[in-house]
Amino acid sequence: MDARSSLLHARRFKAAEWAFWCLAFAAPALLPSHALMLNEMAIVALFAVSLDLILGYSGIVSLGHAAFLGLGAYSAALFAKFILPDPLLGLCVGVGASLVLGYLCSFSIMRGSDLTRLMVTLGTALILLELANKFGDITGGSDGLQGVVMAPLFGRFEFDLMGQVAAWYSIGVLFVLFVLMRRLVHSPLGASLMAVRDNALRARAIGIHVNGRLSLIYTLAAGVAGAAGALLAQTTGFASLDVFAMDRSADVMLMLVMGGVGWLYGGVVGAVLFKLMYDVIANITPQYWTFWIGLFLVVLMRVGRERLVRPWTWFGASRKEQA
Amino acid sequence: MSEFALETTGLVKRFGGIVATDHVNLRIKQGARHALIGPNGAGKTTLINLMTGVLPVSEGRIVLQGQDISHLAPEQRVARGMVRTFQINQLFASMTPLETLVMVISQHLGLGKRWWQPLGQRGDVVDRATALLTQFHLMEVMHQRTEHLAYGKRRLLEMAIALACEPRVLLLDEPVAGVPAGERDELLAIVAQLPADVSVVLIEHDMDLVFGFADRITVLVNGAVLTEGTPQEIAHDQRVKDVYLGQAHV
Repeated sequence: MDARSSLLHARRFKAAEWAFWCLAFAAPALLPSHALMLNEMAIVALFAVSLDLILGYSGIVSLGHAAFLGLGAYSAALFAKFILPDPLLGLCVGVGASLVLGYLCSFSIMRGSDLTRLMVTLGTALILLELANKFGDITGGSDGLQGVVMAPLFGRFEFDLMGQVAAWYSIGVLFVLFVLMRRLVHSPLGASLMAVRDNALRARAIGIHVNGRLSLIYTLAAGVAGAAGALLAQTTGFASLDVFAMDRSADVMLMLVMGGVGWLYGGVVGAVLFKLMYDVIANITPQYWTFWIGLFLVVLMRVGRERLVRPWTWFGASRKEQA
Repeated sequence: MSEFALETTGLVKRFGGIVATDHVNLRIKQGARHALIGPNGAGKTTLINLMTGVLPVSEGRIVLQGQDISHLAPEQRVARGMVRTFQINQLFASMTPLETLVMVISQHLGLGKRWWQPLGQRGDVVDRATALLTQFHLMEVMHQRTEHLAYGKRRLLEMAIALACEPRVLLLDEPVAGVPAGERDELLAIVAQLPADVSVVLIEHDMDLVFGFADRITVLVNGAVLTEGTPQEIAHDQRVKDVYLGQAHV
């Protein structure tokens, strides 16, 4: 294949991708009883993909990505409750708030080791958690922000109790943002981010403004996480302090690692896998389901994803390497 | 155009009480093939870091193509044509040589922030990348991830990346370091064929390479310039011989 068409090929939407998205949009109609779960999957998938932008494509580790999810959730919920109940406007407000916070926080992650970044991001999420707790008059404190009632989507589609409209809304937003992010990672900008991730020293030596790039991608990822938060608050009619919790940040990293880091579909696959595993295992052993998640994680990291999905390489592969 | 591609005047770098670069005056002519030599610890690396902006200067001026760049950020110096290679390969492990060069060229042409276009949208960018891949004998491996390339190929890519930035002054930091004998000639031929209008500063330990390549040589000892001259003059300079035999009286 010649150079140009191979580069352009990477960006083209493949048949399997079309099939996947068609299936995603058909799912709420095919499985109406699971619409709520599908909605939840779409939201965490969006959250996981936003983490992939910084972790997978830019090499920034974060244990506080829930800060942006939470801010998106609270700002969308507050906007719906006190100003306008329109979902799309609320979504924009959630994204906007998280973009601003993401930009401000981006200065805290530019320098330092992975450990520094883990702690700084974790700290940011904790600060926001306690702020939301402290200003209970506005946020409802530990009781959560209740009574968020959304207007119909596009003024026509009421959010139903089954969650079908909610699921389509979330899957639709996931799709639109996914397509935009997919464009970004296959662009010159996306390539320069990967260059910064792979080797910041050299990236600087070829004229890339490294801190500018880190700031840009961190801000964008925060905005996408904010969108996920807004969807969460809007479709559940509720925002609670646990959106800021460290579990959220840790779970989303876990999902992303399960699905594959540095691959946008990894976030989606990981979120679906995580939710399915939760559903299946929690049915069998409701109290000890994290045991199995933990075991899976250890096996996944030790064996490696490449080999785990190719069982025929499990035996004899190491012998071949030695040869 | 000024007579000199690169000029440093009274360049000083102090780390606490230690003077790592001691009033260095360098003049690199347009299109020069200039070698910078000196024993270990002579301050060659510090000097490169000062010129490329990785380290801030303590005193003195750096002038590139008549423009004072002493206080510009590293990426601004690259944009003005000051480009370096690294003694230890500094590459982008997960990208292919093709992706790497298209990315670098896009960046250099100011397209680095276009998020809506695919990498490879611009035919002229891809053409320039394939020209470099051909020149550096990387065509047959252009789709392999860099981390899987042989060492010699990575060394070539190291230099191709610098050339993709269209340097006016190219700082080559030991370009053949660690390259096995069989692959050295390929690299040396490429160094010899660098465009004539690019001024090259070669930092090298290998004296055969230095004397074969350079038209001027600067000898650096203890952070200061010991002497400067043609290869002929340097080869017969008693002080240089002393320094390399470990009997420096400076």
